[in-house]
Amino acid sequence: MYQWDFAPVAANWPLLAQGLLNTLKVTGVALVVGLALGLLFALMRLSRHRGLSWPAGFVIEVFRTTPPLVQLFWFFFALPLIAGIAMTPYIAACVTFSIQSAAFFAEVFRGGIQSIERGQWEAARAIGMTEAQAMKRIVLPQAVKRMIPAFMERAIELMKTTTLVATISYADLLFAANEISQKTFRPLETFTVAALMYFVVITAFSLLARRFERRLAISGEATVH
Amino acid sequence: MTLLSLRGITKRFDGKPVLAGIDLDVARGERIAILGASGSGKSTLLRCVNFLELPDEGSVALDGETVGRRERELTRVRQRIGMVFQQFNLFPHMTALDNVMEGLVTVRRVAKAAARERAERELARVGLADKAAAYPAHLSGGQKQRVAIARAVAMDPELLLFDEPTSALDPELVGEVLGVIRALADEGRTMLLVTHELGFAYHVATRVIFLAEGRIHESGAPDEVLKAPRRERTQAFLRRHKEFSL
Ligand SMILES: Nc1ncnc2c1ncn2[C@@H]1O[C@H](COP(=O)(O)OP(=O)(O)O)[C@@H](O)[C@H]1O
Ligand SMILES: [Mg+2]
Repeated sequence: MYQWDFAPVAANWPLLAQGLLNTLKVTGVALVVGLALGLLFALMRLSRHRGLSWPAGFVIEVFRTTPPLVQLFWFFFALPLIAGIAMTPYIAACVTFSIQSAAFFAEVFRGGIQSIERGQWEAARAIGMTEAQAMKRIVLPQAVKRMIPAFMERAIELMKTTTLVATISYADLLFAANEISQKTFRPLETFTVAALMYFVVITAFSLLARRFERRLAISGEATVH
Repeated sequence: MTLLSLRGITKRFDGKPVLAGIDLDVARGERIAILGASGSGKSTLLRCVNFLELPDEGSVALDGETVGRRERELTRVRQRIGMVFQQFNLFPHMTALDNVMEGLVTVRRVAKAAARERAERELARVGLADKAAAYPAHLSGGQKQRVAIARAVAMDPELLLFDEPTSALDPELVGEVLGVIRALADEGRTMLLVTHELGFAYHVATRVIFLAEGRIHESGAPDEVLKAPRRERTQAFLRRHKEFSL
């Protein structure tokens, strides 16, 4: 019978806390930059100008079809060799996951924008809006509301994917757990605690998201037609 | 004074001609009812007037000036033409008041306070002052269409286009919308009205045109076209609308 002993893990809690903080930092940056860049990619891809739509489509497809670990290694190990651009593990992680989430968010944005009825565009144009005004004032606000579930899904996925940064020695939660388990010879306890920490943070995030969605629905704004 | 002048408007979809050369002059203050079977191109004709569809051939002139095809020109012309859709097309993420204010604030750059005041007046005019804060999802079809009319009228359009404004409504809600359109007609506004409400067309229109095969098949005063149509297709169309009572 295995004797559980969490005391050595507890003694190292500052390391775990710092690891969690670092995980949240990368996830947060990737979400914020990914959303902004994702919208840009989506608008480029929807553009009538091939000079815009084609490059955006290329970046989106490359980042959606290659494994995140490969992308991370590429930015961290290959870019310094090819272009002489050296990055800290933190920066490499932020860059990789920002572009990678942008690629995913771009497709979410595109789907959302294309799901808006033609009549909405027409009503906006009929009162004299330019295409840009119609997009900003009428189409995007409605599209974003429909995309919230997909955004949440992606944010959670991203948080779990960031565990890959441990492979380039960025001290995220997983990396910290690994260190502690080797130091204390208590891998079972350490990884159990780490799993719990992911579970708690992600569950809290999901609950918040769901409450936010419900609030939108109650105000009547989320209801279409 | 001629406000709108269409010359040789032609529109094809997938090679199939829907409009085959429409000539039409609309004077200020005229109200033209457009009739025709389903699929005869009535909506397409209205949509060519404000360039939601680009005509393949022909020209549209507003106030004597031919409208070019540059995006900026089209946007400017659309600001002078109001449109009311069969499916209302209200902005669902905005309250009734915001729907009416939107064009004033975003397009006309009117200050918020002034736009709000104007929008409140427009809502009151269509009998919906008490629904200003309601979202479209909480309005009946008739109320939605009245908000949509207020939204169009708030922009002070020189020309109003109505595309079957009561066709998506339950019968008991048709009257309230027709009442609002009637009041606009009484103000002497210029309008093109696609409708199957022949009685309403008879009383409100100054002229009736009947579309068939992409052309204006018959045109004249309501008394002539609706009561004594000369062409056989028009007669057949009117016979099919048995509920028509003058
Ligand atoms: N965007 C479009 N693409 C292809 N066909 C269209 C389009 N809009 C209209 N049509 C076709 O053009 C014809 C006329 O349509 P429409 O103007 O809506 O007729 P109406 O309003 O008189 O019922 C119909 O056959 C319709 O299917
Ligand atoms: Mg139609």
